[in-house]
Amino acid sequence: MLHKPKTARWPGYCCIFITIAFLTLFLALPLTIVFTEAFRGGIAAYIAAITEPDARAAIFLTLLASAVSVPMNVLFGLAAAWALTKFEFRGKSLLLTLIDLPFAIPPVIAGFLFILFLGTNGVFGPWLQSADIKIIFAVPGILIATLFITFPFVARELIPLMQEQGQDEEQAAISLGASGLKTFWHITLPNIKWALLYGAILCNARAMGEFGAVSVVSGHIRGATTTMPLHIEILYNEYNFAAAFAVASLLTLLALVTLVIKSALEWRLKREKRLSAEEPAAEEGVIP
Amino acid sequence: MALRHRRQHFLPGFGLTLGYTVLYLSLLVLFPVAVLGFKALSLDASVYLNVLTDPRTLAAFKLTFGAAFAGAFLNLVFGFVVAWTLVRYPFPGRRVVDALVDLPFALPTAVSGIALTTLFARTGLVGRILEPLGIQIAFAPAGVVVALTFIGLPFAVRTLQPAIEDLDPEYEEAALSLGASRLRIFISVIFPSLKPAMLTGFALSLARALGEYGSVVFISGNMPLRTEIISLLIMGKLEQFDYAGATALATLTLLLSFLILLAINIVQWRFSHKARQAD
Repeated sequence: MLHKPKTARWPGYCCIFITIAFLTLFLALPLTIVFTEAFRGGIAAYIAAITEPDARAAIFLTLLASAVSVPMNVLFGLAAAWALTKFEFRGKSLLLTLIDLPFAIPPVIAGFLFILFLGTNGVFGPWLQSADIKIIFAVPGILIATLFITFPFVARELIPLMQEQGQDEEQAAISLGASGLKTFWHITLPNIKWALLYGAILCNARAMGEFGAVSVVSGHIRGATTTMPLHIEILYNEYNFAAAFAVASLLTLLALVTLVIKSALEWRLKREKRLSAEEPAAEEGVIP
Repeated sequence: MALRHRRQHFLPGFGLTLGYTVLYLSLLVLFPVAVLGFKALSLDASVYLNVLTDPRTLAAFKLTFGAAFAGAFLNLVFGFVVAWTLVRYPFPGRRVVDALVDLPFALPTAVSGIALTTLFARTGLVGRILEPLGIQIAFAPAGVVVALTFIGLPFAVRTLQPAIEDLDPEYEEAALSLGASRLRIFISVIFPSLKPAMLTGFALSLARALGEYGSVVFISGNMPLRTEIISLLIMGKLEQFDYAGATALATLTLLLSFLILLAINIVQWRFSHKARQAD
C-alpha cells in the first residue's frame, strides 16, 4: 500500500458548510415555518382550523383522491410491468415512453386536457350532459385529474426491477404446474413487494398534494370540491395565514412520514440488491 | 436470445395485462392528449398569432423558461456540492440530511409555495435580512427562481449522487500527487466523468420547473408582464372560458419544452456515443 498523498481538509469543511447552509435555507427553514406559523394562534386555534367543516370536507376529499388513485395505479402498475417485462412484443419501447407521458405534461395543462375531454363544451360534453353526469368542476373531475398525475409512479418503480429479475422463477413455477395467479402471488409479488410499496407511497404523496391539475378542474366550491391544497390556497388568499398553515402542517407531516418510509425502503432495496449481487460471487467461491 | 424469443409466451396473462395496460393508458392519457392535439390543429392561425404577439404571453414565456433555466443551473451547482458532500464527507446527521433532500418532492407544492413566500417576504425570516440590502425575492422574478430551485433540487442531487459514488478517488489522488491543483483536478478529472449525470440532472430539474405551478403562484405575486408564468396565464384563460387561447398557449408550451428537452437528449446521446468510442 502506497502512502496516500496528504490532502488538505478545508475543501471538505467548505463543502459541508455550503451544504448545511443551503439546505437550511431551502429545506429546514420552510419546514420550521410551516409549524411555527400553524401554531401562532395557539393550540385551540390550530385544532379549530383543522376541524372546521370546510377543512374536514377538504381532508375527506384528499383522502378519497388518494384512496382512488393508489389502488387504481397499483393495479395498472402491476399489469403494465407484467406485460412489459415478461413478454417480448412490438411497440414495447413506445409503450414504455407513453407511460411516462403524464410526467412531461405540466399539471395545469393536464387539468385542461380533461376540460377539453369531459367538460360541457368538450368531446363528451353533450353526451355527459344528457346523461346528467357532471365530471368537470365536480368531485369525479378531481379524481380523474389525480389519477392522471399519479399515473406513472407505480409502473415506473416496478418495470426496471422486474426487468432485472427476469422470468426464470416464474417459468419454473409454471412448468411445475402452478397457475398464473398462484405464480404471481407466491413468486412475483414477494420479489417486488418493497418496490411496489415504494411506488405506492410516492403515488399517495403526489395524490394528496396535487395542486395545479386539481385546481383547474375543481371549480373551487368551498366544502364541496376543494382538496386540502386548494383549501390552503383559499385560506391563504383570505389572509387567514394561521389556518392555512394549520392545514398545511397536516400535509407536511404526511410528507415527513413519506420521507421516513421512503428512506427505510430505499435502504432495504439497496441491501437486497447487494445481497443478490453477492450471491453468485459466494457460489463461485465454493467451487474450488 | 433466440431461445428466449421462442418461449416468449410461456407465461400466462399476456393478453389480459397488455390489454388492460393499453386500455387504461388510452382512456386516461392518450385520448385526452389526442383531443388537445385535434383542437390545436383545428384552431385558426390567427389564434396562435394573437397569442404569440400578446406582450403578456411573451413576458410569461421569457420568465418561465428563463427562471426554469436559472433554477436548473443553480441546482446543478448546489446539487453538485450537496451530492459531493453526502457521498464524500461523512458528518454527523448525514443520513437525516440525505433523506431531507427529497422533501421538495414529497411536500405538496402549495405548502412549499406558502412556506417559501412567508420566508422570503419582506417581513419573513430571510426577507427581513435581504430587504435592507435592496434584494427583493418574494413578489419579484427572483422569487420564481427560488421556488423553481427548491422544486428541482432532489432531481439534481439524486442523479449526481450515484455518479459521484462511482468515481474512483484514486484518479484524483494520482492527479494530486502529480501536483495538479484542486481546480485543475475538478476540471480535468472530476467534471468529464460527471458530465452525463450533470446533464441528466439539469434536464430533469428543468423539465420539472417548466411545468411547475403550485409553488410559484404564491411567491411570484402574479403581476402581468413581470412575474406571471405560463401556467398562470393558461389558468387565466380558462377562467375566462377562452379555451381556444388556452389550447394555443398549452400547445406552444408543450412544443417548446419538448424541443428543449430533445436538444438536451441529443447532446447527452452524443456524449455517451463519444465515451463509447473512446472505450
